[in-house]
This record gives sequence, C-alpha cells and structure tokens, in this order.
Amino acid sequence: MKRSLTTLGLIGVASLALGLTGCSTGDSGSDDGTIKVAYQKTSSFTAMDELMQQVKKEYEAEYTDRTVELIPIEAEQDQYFTKLALMNGSPDTAPDVIYEDTFQIRSDAGAGYLQPIDDYLTDWDGWDLYDDGAKQAGLGDDGKTYGISLGTDTRGLYYNKQIFEAAGLPTDWAPESWDDILDAARTIKASDPDVIPFNAYASNALGEATSMQGFEMLLYGTDDQLLDTDTNKWVTGSKGFLDSLAFYQTLADEELGPDPAQALDAGWGSKVSTELLPQGGLAIALDGSWLPSQWISGENEWPEWQDTMGFAAMPTQDGGGDGFTSMSGGWTLALGANAADPDAAFDFIAAALTPENALQYHQEAGQIAVRSDVAENQEYLDYNPSFEFFSSLVPYTHFRPATPDYSQISSNIPVATESVFTGQAAPEDAQAQYDEALVGIVGEENTQAG
Amino acid sequence: MTALAPSGTVARGRGSDPRPRRGSRTFTRILPLLPAVLLLAAFMLGPIVYSLYGSLTNRTLTGPNAANPEFIGLDNYTALFSSAEFWNSLWLTVLFILASAVIGQNVLGMALAVLLRSSVKPLRSLVGGLVVLAWVLPEIVAAFALYAFFSTDGTLNVLLGWVGLEGTSWLYYLPMATVIIANIWRGTAFSMMVYNAALAEVPPELTEAATIDGAGAWQRFTQVTLPVIRRSISTNLLLTTLQTLGVFTLIWVMTGGGPGTQSSTLPVLAYQEAFKFAQVGYGTAIATVTLLIGAIFSIVYIRILKPEVD
Repeated sequence: MKRSLTTLGLIGVASLALGLTGCSTGDSGSDDGTIKVAYQKTSSFTAMDELMQQVKKEYEAEYTDRTVELIPIEAEQDQYFTKLALMNGSPDTAPDVIYEDTFQIRSDAGAGYLQPIDDYLTDWDGWDLYDDGAKQAGLGDDGKTYGISLGTDTRGLYYNKQIFEAAGLPTDWAPESWDDILDAARTIKASDPDVIPFNAYASNALGEATSMQGFEMLLYGTDDQLLDTDTNKWVTGSKGFLDSLAFYQTLADEELGPDPAQALDAGWGSKVSTELLPQGGLAIALDGSWLPSQWISGENEWPEWQDTMGFAAMPTQDGGGDGFTSMSGGWTLALGANAADPDAAFDFIAAALTPENALQYHQEAGQIAVRSDVAENQEYLDYNPSFEFFSSLVPYTHFRPATPDYSQISSNIPVATESVFTGQAAPEDAQAQYDEALVGIVGEENTQAG
Repeated sequence: MTALAPSGTVARGRGSDPRPRRGSRTFTRILPLLPAVLLLAAFMLGPIVYSLYGSLTNRTLTGPNAANPEFIGLDNYTALFSSAEFWNSLWLTVLFILASAVIGQNVLGMALAVLLRSSVKPLRSLVGGLVVLAWVLPEIVAAFALYAFFSTDGTLNVLLGWVGLEGTSWLYYLPMATVIIANIWRGTAFSMMVYNAALAEVPPELTEAATIDGAGAWQRFTQVTLPVIRRSISTNLLLTTLQTLGVFTLIWVMTGGGPGTQSSTLPVLAYQEAFKFAQVGYGTAIATVTLLIGAIFSIVYIRILKPEVD
C-alpha cells in the first residue's frame, strides 16, 4: 500500500512537472519573421507612434518576407517602464525593438533585457553623424553600446507673456535666482488669484517627470548633486537637497503652485501642456523642451503659442556657478536581448533612423538634434522656433547619474517632493526618508554625507 | 498505474479483515480527490511557496538583480518591520477591513436584508436591484464611477452645490473615508444576498414562540435570529474580509494610495514597491505578510463564531 501511494505521488508530481515545463518551453514567439516593436504613446506624445507606423510601412515594403508588429504601450512614463520590464521578464513577450529611455539603459542592460549593437554600428553609415554625448548616452556599464539616440532634450521655464503683462511683470523675463521666480509668482498671485502662478512637478504619480523636470532642476542649481562624481558615492543629507525640498514647501505654504489635490493626478503632466498653458491657466511652468512640438500641429494644436509663450533659462539657487542650469535626457532605440532575428531587428532600427525619418522625428517630437545632418538642416531650425532657445541651454545642462541603480533611487525622489508639497512631512523628514531608502538600495558604504 | 490495481482488489475484500486494510480503504476513497488536490497544489500552494521564496531574494524588476537575484534570507522582512511605512499601511489595512467590511458591508447588508424582508414586493425588487447593480459592475468600472462621484468637479460636489453647500476635494482631504465608503457601496450587495438567504431559513416557529413568550422585535432579532444564522454570519464575515483585504483596483484608481501614503493599504504598498520602485523581492514580502493577515482573520472568525458546532 505504501508503495502504491508513493508511486502515485511520483506519477502526480511527474505529470505536474511535465505540465509546468510544457508551459515554459513554448517557442520564443517571434521566429516566424515578425519583429515586435514596443514604444510609448500618450495623449500628449504621439510622435513616436507616427514614426513607427511609417517605418513599418517602409520596412515591410523593403523586406516583403518580414512583418512588423507594433506594440504601442499607452501609459505615462512610470507605468511604461513597469510594463516594459514585465514584457522583458519572459522571452515569449520580450520585444525585439525597444523605445528605451537613456536612464534605463544601464539597468536594463544589467538585467539582460538588451543586447549590444556595436557590431552592427561599425557597418552602419549613420553612426558617424552622432555627437559624442549621444554615443555616451547609449552605453551600458560594460562599455558596450545598447541604444541609438533619437535626440536629446533640455529643460527650462515657460512663462505666459500675457499674464506677465497683466501683472506688470516684464515680458522679457530673465530670473537670476530662485527668489526671482518666487517673487514673480507672488506678484502673479496678487494680480490674478485664478491663475496658477508656478508649476514644478511634485507628485509621486508622475515619477521620473517629477524627479527630472522638477526636483533635479532645483538640486543641480545648488552646490550639491545626487551622486558625487569624484568619489562615485551617493550623497546623503546635503544642504542642496534640503533647500530644494524647502523650495517646494514655500510653493505649498504660500500657495504659489497648483492645488495639490489636482497636481497629484496621474494625468497632470498632460493637463499642464495641453490645457493649462494654452488656456492661460498657468503663468510659469518648469518643463521640458518638447512641449511646443505638440502645439505646432496635431490634436493639441495651438497656433498662438509663439506670441503667448516666453522662455527663460532656469537660474541656479542664488545665481552662482554658471548662473543657469538644465537637465538633459533623451530616448533611444534599443535591441531586445531575446530578439529571434537580431539582424532583422537592427534593420528596423536603421530604417527608423534614416536622415528623412530622423529629421521628421526630431521636429515632431521636439528633440534637440544629436546628429549633424539634422542639426545643420535649415528645415529643422525653421520648423520650431523654440529649438534655438532650448539648444542654447546645452552648455548649462547636467545628466542624470549613469548607474544601473539610478532608476530605483530616482523613484524615491517624488516620494519626498510629494510629502513636502502636500504638507505631510517637513523637508528634513522627507530628506531623512530619502536617505534611508538610498542607503537601502546602494548600501551604507556607497554613500557619503553631503 | 499498475501498482494500484492490487490495492483496489484488496480493498473490495475488506469485510473479512478490516483492520489491517484500513489505510488502503481510506486511500481508495480519497483517490478521486487526487486530481483536485494536485491542481490546488499547482495553482494555490505553488504560487504561495514561490512567493515565499521570492520574498527571500533581492529580485528587482530591472538592473543586475533582475538577471541574477540573490538569496538574502530574512533581510526583506527585517527591513519591512523596521519601516514606518509598513506599520502605517498595516494600520490603514486593518482600518479599511474593520470599517468597510466588518462594520460597513455586514451591518448595512444585514439591515437591508431585514428591512427588505418586511417590505412590499415592488420596493424589495427595486432596492435589491439597485444594490446588486454596484456588485455587478466590474471593479474597474465601479472604481471609475466612484472616482467621478468624489472627484473635485465630480457628481457629489455638483449635488452639494445645488443645495448651496460648498464641496471639497474629497479624494485629497478624506482619502480613507472615500475609499471606505466606496468599498461599502460596492460590497454591501454580497452581504445582503447572503443574509437574505440566511433569514429565509430561520424557522418561523422559533420567532413565533419567542413572540408568545413576550419578546420584542429587537429581542427576537438578537436572541433568536442571530444565533440561528450564526454560520452564515461567520462565512460572510470571512468572505467579505478576505475580499476587502485584496482590494487594490478601487483604491488605486481613486487615490493611487495617496496623497502621500494616506490611503496606501498593504496591496497598494506591495504594488508600489514591486512595480514602481522595482523591488520585486521586497514587494513580495509585503504580499506574503498580507496573506498571513488574511489567515489570522480567518482563524479568529472560525474560533469565535464556531460555525461547525451547533
């Protein structure tokens, strides 16, 4: 009897194991000549979708035996990263071509989601057009190239000249310190209480947008940064970090920013660029260089933007250093590690980056040129008058720490800004919480007191 | 499978010498259960054991630890129990369960069931139908409906405006209260239906006898009805509690766990840690703790209400 029970148990376990392995050894999806392309699409960002639709057509016409499956992921930035990571978790669902943020390259390369493309680049004649910064941005920790840049961006201040005029402020505004910004915001608040004086992203829901367009635009204008590049250690308890949070506290205390109840909404980013700025509901916005691209054409068209919007560089805390600051990032096209036919997938990337397509994408997505053929093209310079201003910020710009754990560390910054902006924590407490999370991620030995 | 045939034959001859063959007989009897047990093991126990293992690793969503997660023992749990965020979430979870499931859904469901039993038929169908409607809606639809109701320019504030009252940003200033009300609204129908069925089973003789003995309506309810339907109460408490413990979509859509962490119950916290902060191992540890809390609630109900003893 005992024997039969054991046998039965064995049979059961064996059949179960068979069943389970049956599940996991399914074919890896795309070896039928289909190339899966994953990219982001939101209500305010459709340029990538347009480009991919067009490249799919061109590519399938050129290679008649191959098909392209477009996978537009309709999600805001944070959720896009999550969905991408989950897709990459299994070879069955992993895309072959990935629209990849530069700051995710190191961590995704470390995770084995991407494959190096150096061998392809030596044979690709487009690679010489790229500037060194763009080449640098595509590197993984191992020094290999994992992504080809689609353009870069900078960040600065947008201000509504009509609101400024009504409030008696100069329409050629050029703030020289944080206090200048706050003073302008106070003036606007006094002049028109219905207008939101100033927006800097603060919410947890906006993730990296809060970190980069918001907090880091402040922090990198102080004497401190997130990572000390000399010692390669992460900084805890710095004065710059505290002052940046205190800036958010001032916004909240004096009600110079948006109502937190609105600003915590996940769709706040799109609302700022497609509603508040065009409709004159917001006076000053700290935001990215790509905003005007959606006002030029498409469903968020706003022909009057050139007359209404003014641009100003983001000053450092007290005008010290270079006087101004900016942050730069950018996105790339990368090759998935599980691509069944990497050659075919790279052909798709190359097809997306022909001079014509690169030019079109730079224009429509509002990218600052990283390739010489686009940068020198008069058509590009004429297309969007704001390119000139935002390109002029390049000398002041900073890049995010290029480490595989930056994305995890960065996700703790919005926690701090939201808790301060909503009045749930004092800047000191929020900073302590960030420091604690930071030590938890990188370990005590990789941090230093600021 | 050949090994089974002899034991089957032997089992049939049990009458002559039952004792030594007892194990065999029991075995033959539970044999039909085996596929079910194996399926349960594969799809219930399997994920639980795997999540337990996952919570002991430093697995992340991206970065080197995504490719090669390491076994780190109880580090995730040590970090969890020393984190103020976790205790805040634990308290919010218990509050959410007590307020929305144990008190809200159960009491309201019972009240509705009792009142509807003594009301006229058209009213009963109408009210019952309306209540069940909330239950029929998929969770995501219910969540959006409630978001639209409570949001700053939502239905509630418009209604308040009609009677001259000024609304507020409910989801922002009263996040816990709104999600609790939302969960009560959505889940009451279930309790109502369970209690409706249970009340129908209370023998009329018992209540009649109590009336003759001079018991009032309240006494009849507490002394006769409640003890009789005790088992249904226990089952219902158990089910609503476990369901409420797992509520994620409703809270995520309405408040996103915020503002800050003010409505971040354990499932929301687990999701955030795993998929937002990419700490899959740590998030799994939170999920495992949530599982234990469900187990504790279940044991408490079964002990206190002793559903199987009559």
